[in-house]
Amino acid sequence: MFPLPFLKANAPHLSPKRHLDPPKSLFPYGTLTLSHPCPPFSVLDYRLYSEEMESTVTYESDLNLRATELRLGLPGTEEREEKTLPAAVRITNKRPLTETSEESVSKGPNAQHVETEAAPPAKAKIVGWPPIRSYRKNSLKENEGAGIYVKVSMDGAPYLRKIDLKVYGGYAQLLKALENMFKLTIGEYSEKEGYKGSDYAPTYEDKDGDWMLVGDVPWDMFVTSCKRLRIMKGSEARGLGCGV
Amino acid sequence: MENPNAKAQRHRQLRSNNIDPIKQMRENHPSTNSEDDQRSSLLDLARAEITESSNSKTRTYGGFPDPGSGSGPSEPQAPFPDQVLENVLENVLHFLSSRRDRNAASLVCRSWYRAEALTRSELFIGNCYALSPTRATTRFTRIKSVTVKGKPRFADFDLMPPDWGAHFTPWASALAQAYPWLEKLHLKRMIVTDADLTLLADSFPDFRELVLVCCDGFGTPGLGAVAAKCRYRSHLYSSNKLLLLRVLELVESVVEAVGDEEVDWISCFPDSQTNMESLVFDCIECPINFEALDSLVARSPRLKKLRLNQFVSMAQLHRLLLRAPQLTHLGTGSFSANDPGGVGELVQDYTTAFEACRSLVCLSGFREIWADYLPTIYPVCANLTSLNLSYADVNAHQLKPVIRHCHKLQIFWVLDSICDEGLQAVAATCKDLRELRVFPVDAREGTEGPVSEVGFEAISQGCRKLESILYFCQRMTNAAVVAMSKNCPDLVVFRLCIIGRYRPDPVTQEPMDEGFGAIVMNCKKLTRLAVSGLLTDRAFEYIGRYGKLVRTLSVAFAGDTDMGLKYVLEGCPNLQKLEIRDSPFGDGALRSGLHHYYNMRFLWMSTCKLTRQACQEVAQALPNLVLEVINNSEENAGDDIEVLYMYRSLDGPRDDAPIFVNILH
Repeated sequence: MFPLPFLKANAPHLSPKRHLDPPKSLFPYGTLTLSHPCPPFSVLDYRLYSEEMESTVTYESDLNLRATELRLGLPGTEEREEKTLPAAVRITNKRPLTETSEESVSKGPNAQHVETEAAPPAKAKIVGWPPIRSYRKNSLKENEGAGIYVKVSMDGAPYLRKIDLKVYGGYAQLLKALENMFKLTIGEYSEKEGYKGSDYAPTYEDKDGDWMLVGDVPWDMFVTSCKRLRIMKGSEARGLGCGV
Repeated sequence: MENPNAKAQRHRQLRSNNIDPIKQMRENHPSTNSEDDQRSSLLDLARAEITESSNSKTRTYGGFPDPGSGSGPSEPQAPFPDQVLENVLENVLHFLSSRRDRNAASLVCRSWYRAEALTRSELFIGNCYALSPTRATTRFTRIKSVTVKGKPRFADFDLMPPDWGAHFTPWASALAQAYPWLEKLHLKRMIVTDADLTLLADSFPDFRELVLVCCDGFGTPGLGAVAAKCRYRSHLYSSNKLLLLRVLELVESVVEAVGDEEVDWISCFPDSQTNMESLVFDCIECPINFEALDSLVARSPRLKKLRLNQFVSMAQLHRLLLRAPQLTHLGTGSFSANDPGGVGELVQDYTTAFEACRSLVCLSGFREIWADYLPTIYPVCANLTSLNLSYADVNAHQLKPVIRHCHKLQIFWVLDSICDEGLQAVAATCKDLRELRVFPVDAREGTEGPVSEVGFEAISQGCRKLESILYFCQRMTNAAVVAMSKNCPDLVVFRLCIIGRYRPDPVTQEPMDEGFGAIVMNCKKLTRLAVSGLLTDRAFEYIGRYGKLVRTLSVAFAGDTDMGLKYVLEGCPNLQKLEIRDSPFGDGALRSGLHHYYNMRFLWMSTCKLTRQACQEVAQALPNLVLEVINNSEENAGDDIEVLYMYRSLDGPRDDAPIFVNILH
């Protein structure tokens, strides 16, 4: 069994000794032994790939950063000072299996380096992945870069509209468009009082499932987090924005 | 040939003397076996196909004889000593409906082969390029129903150019000539033209069922032809023509509006009462003439299945429901209103209309769902066995009041917008669930997904009878997969797609090997498996060791070395369809499957580590295998190949391969 020569940064409960244990099997009869040993580089490769894939990497202040340093190399070589490793390589379809570490994806030895790379690197668009028929994809109209379509509903009106948020430059244009679409007046947004003076308040559901008042967050943040719009009417609308 | 009456008489005599007539016959004709060889070819229509199969190295694949033998010499007319046996066989074999049973029966001996060929009425062609249409129509002469499948599944995901092939036209002409009594046609992933459809409509007076799944190449003109021409004369002396067509189903087929050529196909149905039982057109991307549809539904008293496209609004659906409360399967169309106006009272009207549909068991559609309309389906929920919300962006809060009533639900397709919470609600109510499919709203990698191992595990806890699951998610743990393998031992289909490639178990950071290993080990009925996440060769070792019934395996971005593929090819005797992309399997692995490739429908390997040379070797070693090397990009990548699509064929390579397809031999 090949020992794992590094630890995961977001698993602080692991002691440095942990990496000597073989991967645990969830089978009652113990692990199957392979009929031939895995080449070591493949183990390193995919571990490091997976590290890069992690979109969030969390840290705790009492973490022993030294022990959780990501490095290549077998355990027991902590004395070796961190070498500068080659820059991270963008994931391509073909994984280098037999190449040595110079081709492998790697992280800088400095833990901070990992933290700043918490956002995943821009990935090349992979054809046909995930395996969803284009028929289905088109039906949902969730094309990256081809527009951000959100549904707009209005209380009391039994119809539903779809708009493309990318078309609008800012809140002013969006509100104008909504007013035209639903033949109503929404009024002016004010931070303290919401859409005072109007019977309608435009709200939206964000990625966390919370309903927010349109205008509360900067436009760019709104565009990326808005899942759907709802124009509230009446007292519910008037209640919003007042000291919320 | 003997007088059959005399023979029957002698039979009775023999039987009354307690002598087995069949055995007697054989004893009277001791040279039966050699006579067999010279027997008349009247009924021996496919004789050529079964010669020399015993001494061919391709014996392992049974019913696929060496095509090199060509057609046999013409036989002299000779009497049929075993005519009674043949008659008995035919009568018995009529009852065999399963094509696998029939295939086995046809291998017993020549007379069984002949009898089976005469009595088969449903023809299933899993790969349209595995044989020529003529070969099929020559062997089977009494076919009433034909199913043909074309492109491999990975073509759905743009992994090969759209004009690769799978044209229905040659089949259309062959079928039109050979089976004028044809009643049913099912096509999947084929290119079907309007001309093909017109030919069908013109050639088959008994035609009653057309199902096109994932097909393209046709439009409303072809549909109009089918609707207009599939009729028969109702009475000898009457000029009234009744529509014989019963089933017209277009499933996930691409039917787009093509400019001026659009035809109002719904209006092409004859004005009289129709026999229509099923009309499915939810994939048609152009508006339809609603008045014509309304009238069609009104004069189709047998209509049970109706799936509308998104150009039918809620109000229009309402009208149709009032017309056809006898429906059992309904695709609701857009499920939203087109114009402003109308108030909340309409919801009550719609609910009443649904209430009247007491036979409704299957609901789908909801293409542009207006969530406020969801309560209208509450009255039918208790009877539903199938619910497809996979085009409806509903959240958990909206789902719960619906799903709470669906105690009988067996099939549920949904978007991950319902989140883990929604899945927990499903698990709490739908104890009879057999099939679950969870599709992603946002298919991009690297985002936090709304469903995870939490919902997955809840389903495994609550839905113990689960047989089929397709689950897209951004994270999954081995523990959850292992739990499902133990909670749901009846699983036949297990397809897990962790959208982020190479993702390990987020809790343990280990590969997903153990989870999938548990699935193949504990789910003893498993026939279809799709794997994802971070996987090493170990996962494939498990599959090879335990996945003895696996017929279809889909692999993407997985494995370490050739050993992975070797485990599978050497360990899975029932493997028929193997599709692999972006995995590091190379020539050594390819060679390790030589003993098995004739038993498979196809092998797909794209962006792996295959070289042209190794493929050439395989092509030479197995002459009945067609190896298509497809280059997607402009430049030839040299010795490395991009896409290998490999399948067995009785009639050699196809003659309609486009330029970018290189067939090795």
